[in-house]
Amino acid sequence: MSEPVRVVYLGKLADIACRDQSRLDVHSGPIGWSDLIHILENQVSQGLGQAVSDNRVKVALNGKILEDRASLEASEGDEVALLPPVSGG
Amino acid sequence: MLDVRLLTEPFDPNPAIDALSAQTPDAGGIASFVGKVRSGGEVEALELSHYQPLTLPNMRDLAERASERFDLSGLVMLHRVGRMHTGEPIVCVSAAARHRRSAIEAVDFCMDHLKSAAWFWKRELRDGEWHWIEPRTEDHTDLSRWGG
Repeated sequence: MSEPVRVVYLGKLADIACRDQSRLDVHSGPIGWSDLIHILENQVSQGLGQAVSDNRVKVALNGKILEDRASLEASEGDEVALLPPVSGG
Repeated sequence: MLDVRLLTEPFDPNPAIDALSAQTPDAGGIASFVGKVRSGGEVEALELSHYQPLTLPNMRDLAERASERFDLSGLVMLHRVGRMHTGEPIVCVSAAARHRRSAIEAVDFCMDHLKSAAWFWKRELRDGEWHWIEPRTEDHTDLSRWGG
Protein backbone atom coordinates (compact mmCIF):
# COMPACT_ATOMS: atom_id res chain seq x y z
CA MET A 1 0.00 0.00 0.00
CA SER A 2 1.61 3.30 -1.08
CA GLU A 3 1.47 6.47 1.01
CA PRO A 4 -1.20 8.85 -0.25
CA VAL A 5 -0.55 12.41 -1.43
CA ARG A 6 -1.85 14.90 1.11
CA VAL A 7 -3.57 17.97 -0.34
CA VAL A 8 -3.94 20.93 2.06
CA TYR A 9 -6.57 23.61 1.40
CA LEU A 10 -5.94 27.13 2.70
CA GLY A 11 -8.28 30.08 3.13
CA LYS A 12 -11.59 29.89 1.35
CA LEU A 13 -10.50 26.83 -0.61
CA ALA A 14 -11.06 24.88 2.63
CA ASP A 15 -14.67 26.12 2.64
CA ILE A 16 -15.20 25.09 -0.97
CA ALA A 17 -13.61 21.70 -0.29
CA CYS A 18 -15.64 21.36 2.94
CA ARG A 19 -12.44 20.10 4.64
CA ASP A 20 -8.89 21.18 5.48
CA GLN A 21 -7.17 18.40 3.59
CA SER A 22 -7.63 15.32 1.44
CA ARG A 23 -5.60 12.17 0.92
CA LEU A 24 -5.31 11.03 -2.67
CA ASP A 25 -3.97 7.65 -3.65
CA VAL A 26 -1.25 7.44 -6.25
CA HIS A 27 -1.69 3.86 -7.52
CA SER A 28 -1.71 5.06 -11.10
CA GLY A 29 1.49 7.13 -10.86
CA PRO A 30 2.39 10.71 -9.85
CA ILE A 31 -0.36 13.33 -9.87
CA GLY A 32 0.19 16.22 -12.28
CA TRP A 33 -1.54 19.61 -12.22
CA SER A 34 -4.35 18.77 -14.64
CA ASP A 35 -4.91 15.40 -12.91
CA LEU A 36 -5.22 17.24 -9.61
CA ILE A 37 -7.78 19.73 -10.94
CA HIS A 38 -9.80 16.83 -12.34
CA ILE A 39 -9.70 14.85 -9.08
CA LEU A 40 -10.61 17.89 -6.96
CA GLU A 41 -13.57 18.75 -9.17
CA ASN A 42 -14.91 15.22 -9.55
CA GLN A 43 -13.96 13.44 -6.35
CA VAL A 44 -13.66 16.09 -3.65
CA SER A 45 -16.10 18.92 -4.22
CA GLN A 46 -17.87 20.37 -7.22
CA GLY A 47 -16.49 23.85 -7.97
CA LEU A 48 -13.17 23.13 -6.22
CA GLY A 49 -11.29 22.32 -9.42
CA GLN A 50 -12.52 25.54 -10.94
CA ALA A 51 -11.61 27.59 -7.83
CA VAL A 52 -8.11 26.11 -7.79
CA SER A 53 -7.67 26.84 -11.50
CA ASP A 54 -7.72 30.59 -10.70
CA ASN A 55 -4.33 31.90 -11.83
CA ARG A 56 -3.78 33.60 -8.48
CA VAL A 57 -3.78 30.28 -6.60
CA LYS A 58 -0.21 29.25 -5.80
CA VAL A 59 0.95 25.72 -5.17
CA ALA A 60 3.54 24.47 -2.71
CA LEU A 61 5.02 20.99 -2.92
CA ASN A 62 6.47 19.83 0.40
CA GLY A 63 6.63 23.42 1.65
CA LYS A 64 8.24 24.96 -1.45
CA ILE A 65 6.28 27.23 -3.80
CA LEU A 66 6.33 25.99 -7.40
CA GLU A 67 7.37 28.68 -9.88
CA ASP A 68 5.26 26.92 -12.49
CA ARG A 69 2.36 25.03 -10.97
CA ALA A 70 1.82 23.14 -14.24
CA SER A 71 5.11 21.37 -13.44
CA LEU A 72 3.54 19.68 -10.38
CA GLU A 73 4.32 15.99 -9.97
CA ALA A 74 3.12 14.72 -6.64
CA SER A 75 4.29 11.27 -5.64
CA GLU A 76 3.56 9.10 -2.64
CA GLY A 77 3.99 10.83 0.72
CA ASP A 78 4.14 14.31 -0.83
CA GLU A 79 2.21 17.27 0.57
CA VAL A 80 0.59 19.66 -1.90
CA ALA A 81 -0.70 22.97 -0.47
CA LEU A 82 -3.18 25.08 -2.43
CA LEU A 83 -2.75 28.73 -1.50
CA PRO A 84 -5.30 31.33 -2.59
CA PRO A 85 -4.29 35.03 -2.58
CA VAL A 86 -3.54 36.21 0.96
CA SER A 87 -5.98 38.60 2.63
CA GLY A 88 -5.30 42.31 2.58
CA GLY A 89 -4.71 44.54 5.55
CA MET B 1 18.53 39.75 18.23
CA LEU B 2 15.53 38.59 16.25
CA ASP B 3 12.41 37.37 18.08
CA VAL B 4 10.01 36.02 15.45
CA ARG B 5 7.04 33.97 16.62
CA LEU B 6 3.57 32.77 15.65
CA LEU B 7 1.25 32.70 18.66
CA THR B 8 -1.94 30.70 19.09
CA GLU B 9 -3.11 32.38 22.32
CA PRO B 10 -3.83 36.01 23.31
CA PHE B 11 -0.59 37.80 24.13
CA ASP B 12 0.80 40.89 25.84
CA PRO B 13 3.36 42.53 23.52
CA ASN B 14 5.07 44.48 26.31
CA PRO B 15 7.38 41.78 27.74
CA ALA B 16 8.83 41.15 24.25
CA ILE B 17 9.40 44.89 23.72
CA ASP B 18 11.01 45.20 27.18
CA ALA B 19 13.28 42.24 26.37
CA LEU B 20 14.27 43.89 23.08
CA SER B 21 15.17 47.07 24.94
CA ALA B 22 17.19 45.16 27.53
CA GLN B 23 19.11 43.21 24.88
CA THR B 24 19.99 46.15 22.61
CA PRO B 25 21.96 48.60 24.79
CA ASP B 26 23.56 50.11 21.66
CA ALA B 27 20.20 51.20 20.27
CA GLY B 28 19.26 54.86 20.39
CA GLY B 29 15.58 54.17 19.99
CA ILE B 30 12.85 51.58 19.70
CA ALA B 31 9.77 51.96 17.48
CA SER B 32 6.82 49.65 18.07
CA PHE B 33 3.51 48.96 16.38
CA VAL B 34 0.75 46.82 17.85
CA GLY B 35 -2.20 45.96 15.61
CA LYS B 36 -5.44 45.02 17.37
CA VAL B 37 -8.88 43.77 16.42
CA ARG B 38 -10.99 46.92 16.11
CA SER B 39 -13.97 47.26 18.39
CA GLY B 40 -17.08 49.33 17.84
CA GLY B 41 -17.67 48.08 14.30
CA GLU B 42 -19.75 45.18 13.11
CA VAL B 43 -16.88 42.67 13.35
CA GLU B 44 -17.43 40.28 16.26
CA ALA B 45 -14.34 38.13 15.76
CA LEU B 46 -11.40 37.64 13.43
CA GLU B 47 -9.79 34.35 12.48
CA LEU B 48 -6.37 33.98 10.91
CA SER B 49 -5.23 30.75 9.34
CA HIS B 50 -1.71 30.03 8.17
CA TYR B 51 0.36 27.29 6.54
CA GLN B 52 3.06 26.19 8.94
CA PRO B 53 5.76 25.21 6.39
CA LEU B 54 5.63 28.66 4.73
CA THR B 55 4.31 31.25 7.18
CA LEU B 56 7.00 31.26 9.88
CA PRO B 57 10.01 30.80 7.52
CA ASN B 58 8.63 33.68 5.43
CA MET B 59 8.36 35.89 8.56
CA ARG B 60 11.94 35.01 9.56
CA ASP B 61 13.13 35.93 6.08
CA LEU B 62 11.27 39.26 6.30
CA ALA B 63 12.80 39.97 9.72
CA GLU B 64 16.30 39.27 8.39
CA ARG B 65 15.77 41.51 5.36
CA ALA B 66 14.46 44.35 7.57
CA SER B 67 17.31 43.92 10.01
CA GLU B 68 19.89 44.20 7.25
CA ARG B 69 18.17 46.95 5.26
CA PHE B 70 17.66 49.26 8.25
CA ASP B 71 20.79 48.21 10.16
CA LEU B 72 18.80 47.19 13.22
CA SER B 73 20.17 46.18 16.59
CA GLY B 74 17.16 43.97 17.16
CA LEU B 75 13.66 43.18 15.95
CA VAL B 76 10.56 41.63 17.48
CA MET B 77 7.88 40.24 15.15
CA LEU B 78 4.97 38.47 16.84
CA HIS B 79 1.82 37.42 14.98
CA ARG B 80 -1.33 35.76 16.23
CA VAL B 81 -3.13 32.98 14.43
CA GLY B 82 -6.47 31.42 15.32
CA ARG B 83 -9.58 33.17 16.57
CA MET B 84 -9.37 36.65 18.08
CA HIS B 85 -11.90 38.98 19.67
CA THR B 86 -12.15 42.76 19.67
CA GLY B 87 -9.38 44.54 21.51
CA GLU B 88 -6.93 41.62 21.29
CA PRO B 89 -3.50 42.20 19.74
CA ILE B 90 -3.01 40.60 16.30
CA VAL B 91 0.54 41.66 15.58
CA CYS B 92 3.48 43.36 17.24
CA VAL B 93 6.53 44.66 15.38
CA SER B 94 9.21 46.41 17.38
CA ALA B 95 12.54 47.58 15.98
CA ALA B 96 15.62 48.79 17.82
CA ALA B 97 18.16 50.89 15.93
CA ARG B 98 20.92 53.41 16.55
CA HIS B 99 18.79 56.11 14.95
CA ARG B 100 15.10 56.99 15.09
CA ARG B 101 14.29 56.97 11.39
CA SER B 102 15.68 53.48 10.80
CA ALA B 103 13.58 52.06 13.62
CA ILE B 104 10.37 53.75 12.44
CA GLU B 105 10.90 52.81 8.80
CA ALA B 106 11.73 49.20 9.67
CA VAL B 107 8.41 48.83 11.48
CA ASP B 108 6.52 50.37 8.53
CA PHE B 109 8.38 48.07 6.09
CA CYS B 110 7.61 44.96 8.13
CA MET B 111 3.94 45.88 8.57
CA ASP B 112 3.41 46.54 4.84
CA HIS B 113 4.91 43.14 4.05
CA LEU B 114 3.07 41.30 6.83
CA LYS B 115 -0.24 42.81 5.74
CA SER B 116 -0.01 42.05 2.05
CA ALA B 117 2.68 39.47 1.37
CA ALA B 118 2.72 37.11 4.34
CA TRP B 119 0.95 33.74 4.31
CA PHE B 120 -2.14 34.55 6.34
CA TRP B 121 -5.77 34.12 5.39
CA LYS B 122 -8.29 36.16 7.35
CA ARG B 123 -11.99 35.92 7.89
CA GLU B 124 -14.33 38.06 9.93
CA LEU B 125 -17.45 37.16 11.85
CA ARG B 126 -20.22 39.65 11.06
CA ASP B 127 -23.87 39.09 11.95
CA GLY B 128 -23.08 35.51 12.87
CA GLU B 129 -21.52 34.71 9.46
CA TRP B 130 -17.89 34.28 8.47
CA HIS B 131 -16.59 36.35 5.54
CA TRP B 132 -13.18 35.86 3.93
CA ILE B 133 -11.15 39.04 3.46
CA GLU B 134 -9.97 39.48 -0.12
CA PRO B 135 -6.72 41.13 -1.23
CA ARG B 136 -6.95 44.91 -1.65
CA THR B 137 -5.43 46.99 -4.44
CA GLU B 138 -3.87 49.32 -1.82
CA ASP B 139 -1.72 46.40 -0.65
CA HIS B 140 0.24 46.46 -3.88
CA THR B 141 0.70 50.23 -3.59
CA ASP B 142 1.87 49.81 0.02
CA LEU B 143 4.47 47.24 -1.04
CA SER B 144 5.68 49.21 -4.06
CA ARG B 145 6.84 51.98 -1.70
CA TRP B 146 9.73 49.69 -0.76
CA GLY B 147 10.86 48.92 -4.28
CA GLY B 148 9.44 45.43 -4.75
